[in-house]
Amino acid sequence: MSEANTNDQEHALLNGLADNDTGAIETIYRDNYPAIRGFIIKNNGYPDDARDIFQEAMIVLFEKAKSDSFVLSCRLQTYLYSVCRRLWLKKLQQQNRFNPSIELNHEIVPVEDELELHEQKEADFKLMENALQKVGEPCKSLLEAFYIEKKSMPEIAESFRYTNAENAKTQKYKCLVRLKKIFFAQYKNTD
Amino acid sequence: MEENLLLDAIERYRNGEMNDQEKTFFEELRKSNPDIDAVVAEHSFFLSELERMSDIKSLKHNLDQVESKLISEGAINTSHEKTKSKMIYLWNRYRRTIAVAAAIAGVVSLSTATIISKYSESKKVEVITPLVDNKLNQFEHKLNQIEHKLNDATAPTATVKPKFEANFRATGFLVDGKGYLITNAHVVDKAKNLIVENVKGDQYYAKAIYTNDTTDLAILKIIDTSFKKVTGLPYTFPKASAELAEPIFTIGFPREEVVYGEGYLSAKSGYYGDTTSYQISISVNPGNSGGPVINKDGEVIGIISSKETNADGVVFAIKSTNIYDALREVKKSDDINIKLPTVNSLKGTNRVKQIKKLEDFVYKVKGN
Repeated sequence: MSEANTNDQEHALLNGLADNDTGAIETIYRDNYPAIRGFIIKNNGYPDDARDIFQEAMIVLFEKAKSDSFVLSCRLQTYLYSVCRRLWLKKLQQQNRFNPSIELNHEIVPVEDELELHEQKEADFKLMENALQKVGEPCKSLLEAFYIEKKSMPEIAESFRYTNAENAKTQKYKCLVRLKKIFFAQYKNTD
Repeated sequence: MEENLLLDAIERYRNGEMNDQEKTFFEELRKSNPDIDAVVAEHSFFLSELERMSDIKSLKHNLDQVESKLISEGAINTSHEKTKSKMIYLWNRYRRTIAVAAAIAGVVSLSTATIISKYSESKKVEVITPLVDNKLNQFEHKLNQIEHKLNDATAPTATVKPKFEANFRATGFLVDGKGYLITNAHVVDKAKNLIVENVKGDQYYAKAIYTNDTTDLAILKIIDTSFKKVTGLPYTFPKASAELAEPIFTIGFPREEVVYGEGYLSAKSGYYGDTTSYQISISVNPGNSGGPVINKDGEVIGIISSKETNADGVVFAIKSTNIYDALREVKKSDDINIKLPTVNSLKGTNRVKQIKKLEDFVYKVKGN
């Protein structure tokens, strides 16, 4: 396959990933996971570690693919490998497991800056998840139904047994204000 | 402008639901009023965070789906399993050393965990306690004897099993109605004789056809001819990992009678970062070992194995995904095909009904 073809193909895969398209995700998984799984298991990991690390790398790639300024300056495979390698080394370090003999025959690209950014985003993600937990029910489900599942107000009114869409909307507003309060309180604390 | 109207306007603006006139008005308002502009900026940021969380959640969901699909297709290469188990073995050995060292040095505030079983009395410093009840005390023995005598007296012709003096008790549960149960390896490791007993009191001889000390899983087969194949196992076994904070429950035999307990998933790894198990918070006692850990949808996510001795509610459960590996090995070496249940009849019913449905499939494991 020519270089240009590979590039086009990888570009299409990344666009698919950005749209959360299962087909694209499956192709990337199929093409890359076995090698990375092998790498992690060889370096003192369990199959579950391999899955966690690979899925986190997929999230890094997903965020990269979604950003407007995105350009992949190397092969997809190299990028994923580099990210996984970095993530795994870090995890081993955190757990004080013995330092593995990371194989050196694979091409890698620097990904440190991007992972730092990812960590920041991951922290924000946790803040939001935390805030949603804290806001409690029925607020959590109500907000998720509207903002995440993108259900319409009449639908929500029916499934949450509000008398009408207007009532559901008022309730949603109250919940939203509470969620924002919790979220920003935590957010400011971590700054 | 009322805040709820403003937030609503911001959302419609972001979603492109405003007409031109509204849009111009809204943009003017932002320009002329810095307070409003700040609210818009803050709310937009908040919404983008919320959207990102939702995107990542659905991505994670898709990733899990793809992973399960590839595993079931066999597309994920498992030829490393051999090296893997060796690594796990080495790692466990190493981990035990550091755990012991840490405990002695008092570096770790966690006290050592003990396996709750008769084997915990072994001289070796154990870091974890399996949850097998070896204190079947005199009182219970007497009770058992009386019960047996009563059984003998009232139903002399019934299929009362020849019983022996059991010196430990744990829990197990059916994974295949043909008479295959899962329990812990440490439960059956040193047992000469094994019987399993259901909540109705029917007892059957069983033998271990598989044990794995690394994962601490064992598969038992009921070898009694009086055992009749049962159907309708109500629980299933998920392929994906369980979620943090997920509510869970278990039933088992810390007493002669079946006991229910509930809790939540506290960590996705077990003792010392062991990724083959979960840490759960639940009240369990000797005898609970080998019991199923079930989520609200009736999926068995783990198997109770041990708890930390001096910390309350720190319990470890083997991830049920390890069962898949065990079944594969049994199939490979002994050509025994154990089929896990695929229909879940617990989902969506209340807890009392769930327990009623599943208690028939959870067994007491006894032996000596």
